[in-house]
Amino acid sequence: MGTRTLSAAMLATAVLTVTTACSGGGTPNPDESAVAPLNPKSASGSITVLTNRTDLVQDGTMKKYAAEFNKTYPKVKVKFEAITDYEGEVKIRMNTENYGDVLLIPGAVSKGDYPKFFAPLGEASTMSSKYLFTGKTEVDGKVYGIGTFGTASGFVYNKAVWKKAGITDWPTTPEEFLADLKTVKDKTGATPYYTNFKDAWPLSGQWTNGVGAVSCNSKALDTLSASDAPWAKGSDLNTLDKLLHDMVDQKLTEKDPSTTNWESSKTLLAKGEVGSMMLGSWAINQMRAAAEDAGTNPDDIGFMPVPAQTNGKFCATLVSDYQQAVNIHSDNKEAARAWIDWFTEESGYSEKEGAVSVLRSAPLPSTLKDYVDNDVKMVERSEDKTAEVNAIDDAAEIGLNKPDYRQKLIDIARGAQDGSLQGYFDELNKRWSEARQNAGS
Amino acid sequence: MSRTVSTTSPPAPVAKQDRTARHRARQKAPGGRSWRDLPLRRLTPWLFLLAPLALLVTFTYVPVGNMIYYSFTDWDGVSPDRSYVGGENYTDVFTRSDMFRVFAVSLYYLAASVVQIAIALYFATVLSFNLRFRNVFKGILFFPYLINGVAIGFVFLYFFQDGGTLDSVLSLVGVHTDHAWLGDPESANTSLAGVSVWRFTGLNFVLFLGAIQSIPGELYEAAQLDGASRWQQFRHIIAPGIRPVLSLSVILAISGSLSVFEIPYIMTGGATGTSTFVIQTVKLAFQFNKTGLASACAVVLLAIILLITWIQRRLVPDERVDIV
Repeated sequence: MGTRTLSAAMLATAVLTVTTACSGGGTPNPDESAVAPLNPKSASGSITVLTNRTDLVQDGTMKKYAAEFNKTYPKVKVKFEAITDYEGEVKIRMNTENYGDVLLIPGAVSKGDYPKFFAPLGEASTMSSKYLFTGKTEVDGKVYGIGTFGTASGFVYNKAVWKKAGITDWPTTPEEFLADLKTVKDKTGATPYYTNFKDAWPLSGQWTNGVGAVSCNSKALDTLSASDAPWAKGSDLNTLDKLLHDMVDQKLTEKDPSTTNWESSKTLLAKGEVGSMMLGSWAINQMRAAAEDAGTNPDDIGFMPVPAQTNGKFCATLVSDYQQAVNIHSDNKEAARAWIDWFTEESGYSEKEGAVSVLRSAPLPSTLKDYVDNDVKMVERSEDKTAEVNAIDDAAEIGLNKPDYRQKLIDIARGAQDGSLQGYFDELNKRWSEARQNAGS
Repeated sequence: MSRTVSTTSPPAPVAKQDRTARHRARQKAPGGRSWRDLPLRRLTPWLFLLAPLALLVTFTYVPVGNMIYYSFTDWDGVSPDRSYVGGENYTDVFTRSDMFRVFAVSLYYLAASVVQIAIALYFATVLSFNLRFRNVFKGILFFPYLINGVAIGFVFLYFFQDGGTLDSVLSLVGVHTDHAWLGDPESANTSLAGVSVWRFTGLNFVLFLGAIQSIPGELYEAAQLDGASRWQQFRHIIAPGIRPVLSLSVILAISGSLSVFEIPYIMTGGATGTSTFVIQTVKLAFQFNKTGLASACAVVLLAIILLITWIQRRLVPDERVDIV
């Protein structure tokens, strides 16, 4: 009897394995667009919105947005689900049908799969004239997501510290930037640059977002899909990563990178103990808040572009943050679309965050006043080849938007790991070109 | 049929028992088959096992089965489509030199676990004798094991910080190092292994203490009457008495040091040459979306640990302890 039961249990296991492996359920119609209701008063239903902003859900800000939304759409009930580990959790939930009605598209979902997970929101040709960044979610002429906000690339810096060091003009070359950092170090005693090595994410996308700013080319990232040497001399990645390497190499960064702390780094910058950090324009408001908490002047927080000029002009890339999409399995696609439209156009979310609105008609936020005053050219980063670039990036296990390879770069620069800058760039180039050949085949 | 008659089996509900007994008495001649032979009676233990078995199957065997299945596909972790790629992932795992290089880091933890077992054994022996405040010391030693691993990671991050606890304590005794404890691979791995010793000594200690205390007290008395010293008592009574627990600890130490994850992942995220096999696997699955390859890595790790356990059992068979 014992053996029989055991084999029965194993059979059950096998059956369960197979059924879970094949789960998927019915196939919803991928052509059915999520269209906003014509009459706001009649739209009804209950929608769940997944968000990574746990802070805004906890302090009730999102509830206030929902209440505002209900003034226009009285019969739609909006529920929020804030997820701390957004990427990790939602990626797993997307194996089921239950991943909210409105969600932010996780980075792990490959672009080609968008039509299987999300309802199309409209034709690319019409939507791109109204919204920025539609290229990021465009598959076969249809758009699947609308950005929550955009962010501009650049360095957050403490103006007071730089002024104390006698620097008033933005550096125009990486060499000049390094010289300025050195002056800051010598004259003020502040740590000129803070890497945030331990928390690591400030070494990932924040730096890669600068690709395109150096060469003032909106397609700089796209070209990587056809490049066998992204780190070749003179390329955007080479310039940015060499700058990071040289800062660490010349000891212009914090003494012990292995125990850095993001939360306290905000206070350090606000107090002028740290000179600068490579972050997006999204960080300006947070830094200003930190300055207020620390009792220093919020206006000291400045934002400067990547130190490179093209035709005598600075450039900054405009990059989309998370994009909102409608779950293809949602029962309330109308209401979900209504929420996305309202949140993008009416909520005032991006102004409040000090971020760039995804509406083409909206002006740049006040946080980017320095950019406007100094005539920095804004380059909307093209996402035409993002899918290909990501596929190569994953296959090569480099991680342009992951911190690991830049952590190793810093380790090499400070002598904690063997290697040289050029040797490391050669290795990265080799891995990239090999992966490109494999991924392309 | 006496096989199913067991005194440890729970009795069936009384009312039912009565009814079936009466029912049976009417139908059959006295002295026939008893109610214990009924199918329901035989089924009862399995009914009791149903809940734990269901949990075990759902949360252990199905996921493991899934993982083995994924390891033969090129799944990226999200996409509804995945294709069968045969043993390609396994070929990858075994042909890529960087995959196994991280096992070198495990040597730090293996060395640390030797230290850990020694410390635990020492304290377990000392505290098994009558000692003042022995319960306090037991508590102090076991306490770290009760703390959540993530919390430990954060606590020790402050501990190793530049100008943190370790540096302050060292400067109190006049040592002024300017050493970044997590700054280079050697120092970082040693520091992390040290944290792991601090955390897991308590577990080994409790295992050893339990084994030592299960040795009958008369043995010590007899040994003392014969004039045996403490060391002789340890050598001839305690050491043989706790051999099974000791060998268990060695297995746990080896498999533990191969699959280190929490402490380095929280404290350094695998940077600066502190990446372990499990961290590497997690990164493959969740950063580079190579769930298939990562599953293959996990299966390989499982196989390696099973293999080591098997070899260890062959070398040191689990014989019955017989010191009485």
